[in-house]
Formats: sequence, C-alpha cells, structure tokens
Amino acid sequence: MEEVRLMKGNEAIAHAAIRCGCDGYFGYPITPQSEIMETLMELEPWNSTGMVVLQAESETSSINMVYGAAGCGKRAMTSSSSPGVSLMQEGISYIAGAELPCVIVNVMRGGPGLGTIQPSQADYFQAVKGGGHGDYHMIVLAPNSVQEMADHLCLAFDLAFKYLTPAMILADGVIGQMMEKVVLPPFRPRLTEKEISEKYPWATLGKPQTRNPNIINSLRLESDEMEELNLLLQKRYAQIEQNEVLYETFLCEDAEYLIVAFGTSSRVSKKAVELARAEGIKVGLLRPITLFPFPKIPISQLANQVKGMLTVEMNAGQMIEDVRLAVNGRVSVEFFGRMGGIVPSPDDVLDALKTKIVN
Amino acid sequence: MAKIKGAVVIDEEHCKGCNLCVVACPSNVLALNKEANSKGYNYSYMDNPDECVGCAACAYVCPDACITVYKVRV
Amino acid sequence: MTLNEIINPANLVYSKTKVMNDTPMHYCPGCSHGVVHKLIAEVIEEMNVQEKTIGIAPVGCAVFAYKYLDIDWQQAAHGRAPALATAVIRLLPDRLVFTYQGDGDLAAIGTAETIHAANRGENIAIIFINNGIYGMTGGQMAPTTLEGMKTSTSPNGRKIELNGNPLNMTDLLARLPGTCYVTRQSVHNVANVRKTKKAIRLAFENALAHKGTSVVEVVSTCNSGWKMTPADANTWMVDNMFPEYPLGDIKNL
Repeated sequence: MEEVRLMKGNEAIAHAAIRCGCDGYFGYPITPQSEIMETLMELEPWNSTGMVVLQAESETSSINMVYGAAGCGKRAMTSSSSPGVSLMQEGISYIAGAELPCVIVNVMRGGPGLGTIQPSQADYFQAVKGGGHGDYHMIVLAPNSVQEMADHLCLAFDLAFKYLTPAMILADGVIGQMMEKVVLPPFRPRLTEKEISEKYPWATLGKPQTRNPNIINSLRLESDEMEELNLLLQKRYAQIEQNEVLYETFLCEDAEYLIVAFGTSSRVSKKAVELARAEGIKVGLLRPITLFPFPKIPISQLANQVKGMLTVEMNAGQMIEDVRLAVNGRVSVEFFGRMGGIVPSPDDVLDALKTKIVN
Repeated sequence: MAKIKGAVVIDEEHCKGCNLCVVACPSNVLALNKEANSKGYNYSYMDNPDECVGCAACAYVCPDACITVYKVRV
Repeated sequence: MTLNEIINPANLVYSKTKVMNDTPMHYCPGCSHGVVHKLIAEVIEEMNVQEKTIGIAPVGCAVFAYKYLDIDWQQAAHGRAPALATAVIRLLPDRLVFTYQGDGDLAAIGTAETIHAANRGENIAIIFINNGIYGMTGGQMAPTTLEGMKTSTSPNGRKIELNGNPLNMTDLLARLPGTCYVTRQSVHNVANVRKTKKAIRLAFENALAHKGTSVVEVVSTCNSGWKMTPADANTWMVDNMFPEYPLGDIKNL
C-alpha cells in the first residue's frame, strides 16, 4: 500500500531527489527553499544511496558543481530562490551550451533585487525565455502541489537526460512552504559507472584506451561550428515542443471564458472558477504544467471556443505574452495579478474576470 | 674514455622558432634556420651537430614538444 | 659515427609523451603554457593514470588545453574550474582530477571558487599559471600584475593607489588548512623544468592519496603580452617576477 505522508513542498523535493537516483545536490541556502538542503543533510543520503550533498560557497559555485557532475553523466541538481537563480544564469547558459542534463529548482520569491521572501511568479520570463546569454531554453515544469514537487523532480531528470538540456522546476514560496499529503515516488537505484558509460558515452569518467577523449565544452570559436551547435539545440527544442507539452484543464468543455494560470495562481484560479460557476458564469481553467514547452495548441484551440481569456499571475504580466502569441488576436486576453509577494484571493480573481472579460 | 654523441630531430612544422632551445643548449648546437616552415616560422635546426651530447636541455624547454633527442656512447 | 647512426630508436633519450597528441598548440612562440602542458602529460604517462584523469580547462589562453592532452576534459566557465573539479572528485573519488588556471581565472574571477575548494581540502591538484597579465584578451592587467608593470589597461604602469596591490594567491592558499602542498615553480630553464615536473607529480600523487588540495603555481612568461622575445621574457621574469613571487615550496605536509 502506498504510504501517504505530510510534508512541505521543499521537503518533498529532497525526498524525491534521493528516491529518483540523484547522484549529487549542490546548493546555497536562501529563503524560501532552504528546507531542501536542510532535509537532505538530515537524511544523510550518502549513507544510503551514496548521493553527494554539498553546501557550496555561492549559487555560482553550486551551478558549476552541477556542471561538473553532469559532465560525468551524473544526475545532479541544485535549488535556490530568485536572487540565487539570477546568480546561476551564467552556469545555466554554459550547461545548455555544453548539452548537459541537470535539474534546477527555483522556489520563486518577489523581486527585483533582494526583493521579498514572500512568494512570487516573477521569474517566468527568466525561466522560459532563457535567462542567461545565448539562444537556449530550459524545460520548465510548474508544480502546483506538494505531490507535484515530488513527481516533477523525477520527471525533470528524465526529460533533462532525454534531451540533454537543463530542466527547471519553477515553484514559488507557497508551494515550497505549504504542507500537504504526498505519496513519495518509488526508489530508483543510482546508475553505476558502467551503466553511465554505456548510456551516456559522452560522460567524462576517464578515457579508456578504446575511445577518444571526451570533452565537455560550450566553446565553438568557428562561426559555422557555433551555428551548427545552435541548429542542433533548436532542433531539440522543437522536439521538446512537439513531444513534451503538459497541461491540465478544468471545466473547459462548455467554457465561454478561460482563465490561464500556473502554480499557486492556478490553485486560486480554480477556486475562482468554482465561485464563477456558482454565479452562472461559464468559465474554465487551463493550467500549463510545462511552461517550456508552452501549451500553445490547446490554448489556440480554446481561442476558437471562448469569448475572452484572463491570465492570473503573481507578477506584472509575463505568461500573458505567450498566451497572446497562442491566441494571435482572435479573442481578448487580459491580465490580473498581484506583485511583491501578495497572493491574490479567489474573490479578487472573480472580480477581475467580471470586470475585464465577462462584461 | 667513452665519448657521448647526441643528435636531435626537430619537428620543423611544429617548431615556432621561439629560440628557447637555442638559448638552452649548453653546447651551442642549435640555431634558427634562415628558411621558414609553412607557417612562416624560422625553425630550429642543428647548426653545429658535432657538438651535441644529447643532454635534452633543448627538448625540456621546448614549449611545443617538437624535439626528439638521441644519445649514444662511442 | 654519422647522424643517421645516432638517430636510432635504440638511442632515444627524449621524445614527446604519447599523452600529448599532434595537434599544433595555438600558443604564441615561446609561451610557458606549452612546457607546462607537456609536463602534465609526461607525469600522467609516467604515473600510468591516463584512463583515470579528468582535467578541468579554464577560460583564458589555456581554454584549449583540452585539444592537446588525450584525456577526458571539462571546459569550465571563467574562474569556475575548482567548482567543477569539486563535483567531479566528490562523485568519482578514485579519479585524478586537476584544474589548469591562469591568473585571471584563479586570482580574479575565480578567487572564491579557488579559495573555497582549497579550504574544503578537495582532493584535487590546481595548476596555476601566473604570468602577471591577461594573454588571451590582449595584455590587460591581472591581479598579479607587478607594481609599475605596463599593460593595456595600465598603460603607464600599475599604480597601487589606483589598482591595488599584486595578489599573491599562492601564499594565501598555503595558509588554508585544506591544502597539503603549495609550491611556486617556473619553467624558464632545464633545472626548473625538472623541479616543476616533480612538483606536478607530487601534487597528482597527493590528489590520488586524498591528502587534500595541492597547488602548483608556475611563474610564467607572456612574451607577447610583455612585448619581449621569449628569451628576454625569461630574463625579465627572473629579475622582476621572482622577487614578488619567489620560487620554492611554501607548504609540504
């Protein structure tokens, strides 16, 4: 029988990391996600699975440790919150350029700058549009429950290794800090070095006589080689967009209006949909689970059905740009959001729906 | 008393004519050639081969690892 | 005896190590990097550890180090090599892991990564090329640039009141409990080439024996950046660099 446990989203990430065969966690404390490393240090996985857990001197160092571990074909991860993830952008760009798989957890807080420790979704652009320099994307997963924090960690590793790209779990302070029931994923053993060298022949494990040196690298001094790498990356991103879109709909079948929201905003919006339905307003909810790849097609299809859309975000309006691109002007797409760490209430969303869309 | 005879072979194409081997040679064996290799470098050569004792000083200091050294007792 | 009789495999006393491949190195004529690359390759061959060595290349002139030594390499972002090396040695503790870093990489942008890796006592070897200038970007001032030394960003000579003092990273690293062996060497003549090779060998042996972090600084020339011939650069280094960065073991536990 499945064991149901009660824990914080951050704790679920830590438990899931050990269970899904993660080889190394490298991080630096920052609110509101410090429980991830604290839980790992408490659980001491180096005594059970052999997973390495190391507190680095900075987020810059953490992400570069992840680079080093990923270069050896290991399942490596880090976690941070917004200011720390800003500091990681250099490393993430290098990881993308070197075609390395890894997982980065961002439990977002309000910004810009040192901002606030309260929850926010203001790093959407940074996460889905690249963040660091150069033409790259990460796979971005947006959990909205403690259960998904656990499930998405394993999924993120699988996708990262499938496409040799960094994958991000874009949560926020609410999801990280709230306690819910969770069924933890089953244990998967860590890969042996033999398995790694067979599955990931590019890994730098030391060069046997039987092969040429492996070189983990994002440098291409010749322009044609640089373009070649970029074309390869773009091809992979197209495959990701083709194959890996995840989303969830709620009461969309007969919907005349649509709310699009992810993460914590989607939980608030779901309640707002129920309140609206009780008043006879036919509104549905589409929750993107992957933010990259973005669920363009289902949103585009719903644009043929509904009279208007509202995006609900804990930022100044970021995802709305992708919704508008998908809708391409066919219906009105409006925005409602709060900033600075304020989580809107279902009533706020309902009011916005009535004033901005339904009328 | 046995005499030591040495000789070096210089990879002329890899040599960049930096002159460090010429300076390092205790027996004044080496010099830079008036001819240049395909990259335009005046590569090193044995100007005075009879004096070479195969000490390998030139090879130790060569930044481009282009000197091979032989030595024999006669 | 003719030359052809001497040049015979039976009489071979020195040839390029097999760990170095035949790719022509991109370094300027006379650059110290080539000698240090060669010594690392020779030590790897002599210790028979080619199959278990992972090198971490820096950003700077040595960014292409991975082209010349036939071992597995990771190329790091500028200054981050010790962070990569930390993860590699933690996850592959029986491997030989070394970083190869210049003075910009190790003493400027990667100061934090270097000090913290050494302070944790990561079981790695750090090879530090200190030529007091930024070679790759065209001769700008480095943290290790000497007082009064002219570079493209200190065209009238480094002034302490404007640019601060030359940073002696190796002395700093020797003070950390995590380091087991810290030495400063050079490759400007045969005797010092031999000493540097011994130092690299000891650093690699320490890493494999999990004794902590070893640091081998090689005070080097950048004759292009210094605008001298390679031989003059060696003389200038002896006269000017060595007083600020004296050769010898600073720590050997």
